[in-house]
Amino acid sequence: MDIIEPLVKIVFIFLITLTTVAYLVLVERRVSAFIQNRIGPNRVGPAGLLQPVADIVKLFLKEDIVPKAANKFVHSLAPLISLVVAMTTFAVIPFGNSIHLFGRDIKLMIADVNVGILYILALSSLGVYGITLSGWSSNNKYSLLGGLRSSAQMISYELSMGLSIIGVLMIAGTLRLDKIVESQAQGMWYFWRTPISFITFVIASFAETNRLPFDLPEAEPELVGGYHTEYSGMKFGLFFLAEYANMITASAIIVTLYLGGWQLPFVGHIGLPDLAVSLLQIAAFGVKVGLVLLFFIVIRWTIPRFRYDQLMNIGWKVMLPLALANILITGVALLW
Amino acid sequence: MTLLASLELFDIIFYFFAFVTIVSAAVVVFSRNIVHSAFSLMFTFFGVAALYVMLNADFIAVTQVLVYVGGILVLLLFGVMLTTKVISVEMKTGTLQTLPASILVAVLAGTLCGIFWITDWLTPVARNAELPATTSSGIGRALMTTYLLPFEVASVVLLVAMLGAAMIARRERKR
Amino acid sequence: MIPLDYYLVLSAFMFCVGVLGVVVRRNAIIVFMSIELMLNSVNLSLIAFSSFLGDPTGQMLVFFVMTVAAAEAAVGLAIIIALFRNKQTVNIDEINILKW
Repeated sequence: MDIIEPLVKIVFIFLITLTTVAYLVLVERRVSAFIQNRIGPNRVGPAGLLQPVADIVKLFLKEDIVPKAANKFVHSLAPLISLVVAMTTFAVIPFGNSIHLFGRDIKLMIADVNVGILYILALSSLGVYGITLSGWSSNNKYSLLGGLRSSAQMISYELSMGLSIIGVLMIAGTLRLDKIVESQAQGMWYFWRTPISFITFVIASFAETNRLPFDLPEAEPELVGGYHTEYSGMKFGLFFLAEYANMITASAIIVTLYLGGWQLPFVGHIGLPDLAVSLLQIAAFGVKVGLVLLFFIVIRWTIPRFRYDQLMNIGWKVMLPLALANILITGVALLW
Repeated sequence: MTLLASLELFDIIFYFFAFVTIVSAAVVVFSRNIVHSAFSLMFTFFGVAALYVMLNADFIAVTQVLVYVGGILVLLLFGVMLTTKVISVEMKTGTLQTLPASILVAVLAGTLCGIFWITDWLTPVARNAELPATTSSGIGRALMTTYLLPFEVASVVLLVAMLGAAMIARRERKR
Repeated sequence: MIPLDYYLVLSAFMFCVGVLGVVVRRNAIIVFMSIELMLNSVNLSLIAFSSFLGDPTGQMLVFFVMTVAAAEAAVGLAIIIALFRNKQTVNIDEINILKW
């Protein structure tokens, strides 16, 4: 049994994700500053590039306060659940085709699971725990409201998320993510083939990651920060990390399902060596994920927050019928 | 040689998950803190899901996580949150019935285990050869052909349950 | 290779723990969790049989058991919450009259 190869991949992905999270925060602050005609953090290191390091050091040095009436065990467990769920989703995402290194073919995904998409859905349904439990264990009314809101929101949008994926599954005819990516060769991305499914999935991803048009769980003007009101120091840092890791995971899933994954059209025909092709494909995956992340950030700073009743109305009365209609349309199109 | 080693690893993994499942099930039942019960129920569900994976039922394993951990346990946690204070002290264990209950359960356990142990199960010798590596397509096909009626009835059951739950849990409006 | 008996005995033990919970505990939510334990143990034995017989019918049954368990969870929790609203308790010894 070969155990070193997956371990290397896990460590590799873990480091990449953590670094991306750190710099995503910086990018978000710089982009928001650009949108609001400010400069943004530019003091630490050249052009502010060391800002993430300073932030992390600050978070580690801060005092860790646990409220007296909190449930201590659950209070410390909740941020861990959030982060673990956000990171483990990456295990099934193919970030490249396969690469020929050290005399063997290495498949560029950690776990080749038969039911990859269901695995992702199962994990995203676990994401509710971190937020709900943190809200409840803090013993604070704002936290509790934030936690309850988030679980209602995530459960509602999970439905339309799962249903919009079905459109893709019907065309691809498989639950394996690598096969789904392969079926999108030559630019036949599902983004073109099932646009309704793409739109509903992206909106549901925004809601699942609690990003701005749907960030009701931590709406600062109403809830003082929502579920992480009572968190400080590195526990707050873990929530922060989990939010951004969730964003990266969501973008990676969007890229894998709808934007062709690591596929880069025409790269196989130029006659480059295999290694270069593999590396180019990994780079293509990275660039696509980066662009989706940028989209996430731009949306956050340009669109105002929904009201709670609007959020529920959109989830149940617009998204769900749309996703169901998409299944019907896809079925008819496939039969025809 | 390597085959033997991998088989032993399989055994160890089985014992590990069996241990996790049983111990966390015991914690669910005997813990005085209802939050701890809910948490260890999560571990039980995960342990059972892992055992499903070991039994080549990957689709059911993921469904187990999706339905039990992602759905039912969240509902249970909501129930816990809405019906207890954060620091819950009141947990009666009904000391009067403990002894008869244990005797009853011990007899039940003995009977079940005895029957399971003594019976010679008619199983094909090679179990891995029979079942395909991926079960999802087989399940999907069976759902749409042999089990179409139960499938539709199940969806009606879910709809009725949803409506009923909403009816019961909603606060009655006073007119 | 783990024989079938081991899985069955494991599921029997899980079932008995669930029965003990239903009989002994007085908190309605814990009773509820114990019922879920029993359902899980039955599912485990079904999957074990299905795997050892090479017949996916057992997996289908588990699928339907899960559906019913989900429906049961929704209705059961709704009942518990309605009871708590009316009686301020989830102790099933105190919920002993049909109307009040």
